[in-house]
Amino acid sequence: MPVLAWLEHEGGAIKQPSRSAVAAAAKLGEVHGLVTGEALNVAATAAAKLPGLAKVLTAEDASLAHGLAEPLAALLVRLAPGYTHLLAAATAAGKNVMPRAAALLDVQPISDIAGVLDADTFIRPIYAGNALATVRSRDSRKVITVRAASFDPVHTDGGAAPIEAVAVPAVAYGSRFVAAELSKRERPELTAARVVISGGRGMQSGESFKLLEPIADRLGAAIGASRAAVDAGFVPNDFQVGQTGKVVAPELYVAVGISGAIQHLAGMKDSKVIVAINKDGEAPIFQVADYGLVADLFKALPELARELEKNP
Amino acid sequence: MKVLVPVKRVVDFNVKVRVKTDGSGVETTGVKMSMNPFDEIAVEEAIRLKEKGTATEIVAVSLGVAACSETLRTALAMGADRGVLVETEVPLQPLAVAKLLKALVEREGPRLVIMGKQAIDDDMNATGQMLAALLGWPQGTFASRLAIEGETATVTREVDGGLETVALALPAVVTTDLRLNEPRYASLPNIMKARRKPIETLPPAVLGVDPAPRLELVSVAEPPRRQAGKRVGSVAELVQKLRTEAKVI
Repeated sequence: MPVLAWLEHEGGAIKQPSRSAVAAAAKLGEVHGLVTGEALNVAATAAAKLPGLAKVLTAEDASLAHGLAEPLAALLVRLAPGYTHLLAAATAAGKNVMPRAAALLDVQPISDIAGVLDADTFIRPIYAGNALATVRSRDSRKVITVRAASFDPVHTDGGAAPIEAVAVPAVAYGSRFVAAELSKRERPELTAARVVISGGRGMQSGESFKLLEPIADRLGAAIGASRAAVDAGFVPNDFQVGQTGKVVAPELYVAVGISGAIQHLAGMKDSKVIVAINKDGEAPIFQVADYGLVADLFKALPELARELEKNP
Repeated sequence: MKVLVPVKRVVDFNVKVRVKTDGSGVETTGVKMSMNPFDEIAVEEAIRLKEKGTATEIVAVSLGVAACSETLRTALAMGADRGVLVETEVPLQPLAVAKLLKALVEREGPRLVIMGKQAIDDDMNATGQMLAALLGWPQGTFASRLAIEGETATVTREVDGGLETVALALPAVVTTDLRLNEPRYASLPNIMKARRKPIETLPPAVLGVDPAPRLELVSVAEPPRRQAGKRVGSVAELVQKLRTEAKVI
């Protein structure tokens, strides 16, 4: 029996965390991708091109336009009998819907997996990534969210899966989408960026996050923040990297004015190369950094921007 | 309107957890335990609803070992009216917790359940969604703002790209994110008063739920440890190392 991966899409493209979920799903069997929403032609075509998908299912209905958990979970439950595993990326949307579907199926979900050992056995971080649990499911069907940073996403091109429309169950539900207020982004998404530069409490204000911008521009980086910086109101919560924010694993992570609290490390310690810039040489962030610079960030950041402008 | 607030006893967020040498779990003996921080936010939100006159009674619920009554006392000291402890030695997983909470909801009849979006021990982020599913109620997860008007709860949610607002027809389940509020500290007089507030203790069997775990914990291991790297003396040296040694820029 195949496995089903719910794919999030935006602007007609399949989001990178969902492509990581496909990579995880491929370790479990033949993968069918599910695309939901309205006017799905472009997104379904993009899904069909993902290598590793044997089929793309489209569920078009106004009730699915905003990813509300109630109708989406009902759809997943309807499709579940044909699949051994249901997967989604452990994004805000995936974490919202998959446990709901799992409960309706009388299944204990397996959240945020970082490894697949066999069809029943998975590795997942607990205690903010300070321990890795190996868990074996006794449920006959598995419902899983996938830590995107732990699986290299499948490419956007190379596949040619057939597309098949599925019926959307008519269900009554008590939630209604009102509005979305999405941050304007000219930069790559945090979870998809090759380079991330994050600021912490040491930035002292939202204004000084501007010092990160020329560096981010130069490196094609996403800008992130520690929980301390979010709590202090410097930047919105969707910048947050950590146990309760986003988990990232870029090629290069630059932590600026971040002390390195456990809960922040949980969100970035799998980055390939970590740079820390902090004026406190004793800050715990230096214990995980490949390159540490003890410096006043207000001097170091403009200097870093200038240095990057120079040709190598 | 009655509000139910589940609270979980977890290893305090300031404790650096240690994996047991036999790989059977995480050391919890002799470790400071506290209320899950997201649940404190849930208790605070319920109290604010009561202060506004929206909520009439706040019932705090905890599930687990006898010591969970301490967690309930914390909720009572903050301002919850009474507590219910479902006492069991069985390690509870979200599906079992959701089933037990469903039974309690049917017994207590709240119009709103507010709970933390995730517990900082197992990091599952599942129980609220599962409870909503079992009850057939709408869910407002990862809430950074909650407004109740008549029979509608308007919830602003923290989502990946920013914020999203949904309207839920009550009864509903809301799970809390960090920015919803800043929980109060219990004052000494309130801590004293909380000692006299009632806590009812029930076994899971009374609620007709089999709490046996569905996920077998095979082993727990330390994550691979990162080695501290080198210090660089200047920005120029940093850029040079990133270019020629790490080759990431």
